[in-house]
Amino acid sequence: MAKTLFEKIWDTHAIATTAGGSTLIAIDRVFLHERTGAAALKRMAEMGRKVRDPARVFAVMDHIVDTRIGRGDGTLMQGGEGFITETRAACCEAGITLFDVNDRDQGIVHVISPEQGIVLPGVTLVAPDSHTCTQGAFGALAWGIGSSEAEHAMVTGTLRLERPKTMRVRIHGALSPGVTAKDMILTLISQHGAGGGAGHVVEFAGEAVTALDMEARMTLCNMATEFSAMTGLIAPDAKTFEYLSGRTYAPDDFGDPYWRSLATDEGAAFDCEIAIDASAIAPMVSWGTSPEQAVPVDASVPQGPARAHDYIDLDAGARLAGTPLDAAFIGSCTNSRISDLRRAARILEGRRIAPSIRKALVVPGSLAVKRQAEAEGLDKVFEAAGFEWRMSGCSLCFYAGGEGFPEGSRVISSTNRNFEGRQGPGIRTHIASPETVAASAIAGAIADPREYAREEQAA
Amino acid sequence: MSAFPQPLTGRAAPLLVDNVDTDTIIPSREMRSTGRTGLAEGLFAPWRYSDADARIENPDFVLNQPDYRGTPILLGGANFGCGSSREHAVWALAEYGIRAIIAESFAPIFHGNCLRNFVLPVTLDRAAVEALAGKTIAVDLAAQEVRTQTDVHAFDIDPEAKQMLAEGLDAIDLTLAQASEIEQWTAADRTARPWVYLEPTR
Ligand code: SF4
Repeated sequence: MAKTLFEKIWDTHAIATTAGGSTLIAIDRVFLHERTGAAALKRMAEMGRKVRDPARVFAVMDHIVDTRIGRGDGTLMQGGEGFITETRAACCEAGITLFDVNDRDQGIVHVISPEQGIVLPGVTLVAPDSHTCTQGAFGALAWGIGSSEAEHAMVTGTLRLERPKTMRVRIHGALSPGVTAKDMILTLISQHGAGGGAGHVVEFAGEAVTALDMEARMTLCNMATEFSAMTGLIAPDAKTFEYLSGRTYAPDDFGDPYWRSLATDEGAAFDCEIAIDASAIAPMVSWGTSPEQAVPVDASVPQGPARAHDYIDLDAGARLAGTPLDAAFIGSCTNSRISDLRRAARILEGRRIAPSIRKALVVPGSLAVKRQAEAEGLDKVFEAAGFEWRMSGCSLCFYAGGEGFPEGSRVISSTNRNFEGRQGPGIRTHIASPETVAASAIAGAIADPREYAREEQAA
Repeated sequence: MSAFPQPLTGRAAPLLVDNVDTDTIIPSREMRSTGRTGLAEGLFAPWRYSDADARIENPDFVLNQPDYRGTPILLGGANFGCGSSREHAVWALAEYGIRAIIAESFAPIFHGNCLRNFVLPVTLDRAAVEALAGKTIAVDLAAQEVRTQTDVHAFDIDPEAKQMLAEGLDAIDLTLAQASEIEQWTAADRTARPWVYLEPTR
């Protein structure tokens, strides 16, 4: 019978049925970070339980760790250092591999897992972090769980699961210049709602998806959680295998026919299908406090819930482009990889951010990305433009109570969440692609990045 | 944490907002240690306090109103608990005393976190949720019903989740009871997919 990619992975990992009728699914990889992973490790130790196979469990310091140059264990967050030292001790005790604060391979969990070849096509990978779906870009079943489930996965090597439904989102045609994977996913969520993927595993397919490089595919899958999907995934192809070949934890060779079998069969049925025309997608910017509240950069603010309009301080009918900004952020597991930084730097080269921008940060997704960017001179481009250049980590993608944006700031941000207070109390966040962040930082107001794309084409 | 009370009764506090996210339920800055306790005070901090640092209450927030203070039952809109996977959101709710959340829909990770902490997530259609607002209700897990004085709303729950909640069972213990099946499967898998298995390299 024709099967979807998800069904193939599910069936490979189904160990047994439980008494209550769910399925015991084998978990191939677990990845923890100091914010939620520490709680799982702590509870496991308290219960006198052990990690079943420590070689397949990894941890990293990314969430609370400081991103200022010259960092150590100390953070600006009250109690932040405790998370770091406790996680380090717990990882050592449990015998799991830790990418520590200044390890040369440190970085945001969903950036370094692929860099290290920890995620592979066809594996199951879980982390107590909602953006684990990012790693579905490699054709893995990778999803976010809570700390209790992380403990379950570490101790038993399994999770008890109800089988999710399947959805395919086919994006056909080609993207216009200046339009990116970030705009694709924001378009999907704005059209079908922040709850639109609930209960489903979403396979992204279609020529606009296969045309994306691996980093852009990660951006696309990253926000499957903002769509409320269990996860997103993309069938692996030559680009996937090329990306992973030679990585530390990856197999030496992807020649085995098994790897080519990881695709949805012709005629396999999905519970739900959505089609999107890539050529109709414009650069997207969020106007409100949910990722579904996003519109093309040249559109006006639509009517939404009063609470969102009040918080973000924009009325229905207002033009989004031209809205004055106070800060800019390039980073996060959505858009902090080398290709993201290259595209933003291309716009910023030889230009300066507007004087009204009081804080502008570039936070590379990993120390490997940082080294690569520095080798290409991108750090100098960002600094000359007026951005601060940082060590890698989650940084101001979320507000942990330490470093913040100036009070009341309106921020253009390459992150994934525009929730109330996500980037700090009272901070108003507009999420967008790195190109849109760069163009807007120069203008000092929300701006359309396509003018730079046109300029480049003309040159 | 313990088995679900049978039945759970209380006044249903309406928080009928869509897309309530876990950053709002428990902001990062309220998660001050690696433990699971000391979170109740930070529950809904951005909405519950007009000044979160000074803990000055916002009298308009539903859980600050005398009728609802300390209630075990919360009503929500669509996609409740979206956003960050932080289980601290459920730990904070449970520590505050919330044992059931009745909403139009839940975000998946939050839903799973509720079940693991013996907090019952009940999905009802919007009209039914709205009709419960402010009423004293009974949430009956065994009968899978939410009852008011005049109405009965049936709800679905996965049979395994129901049993675990009703009996206060620990998922890890249950799974470890199937350890031999897991071992057998793993032995076969080592041959089928050798690349999955890693040697410690650090
Ligand atoms: S970068 Fe932001 S969204 Fe990504 S893992 Fe870190 S905190 Fe979460």
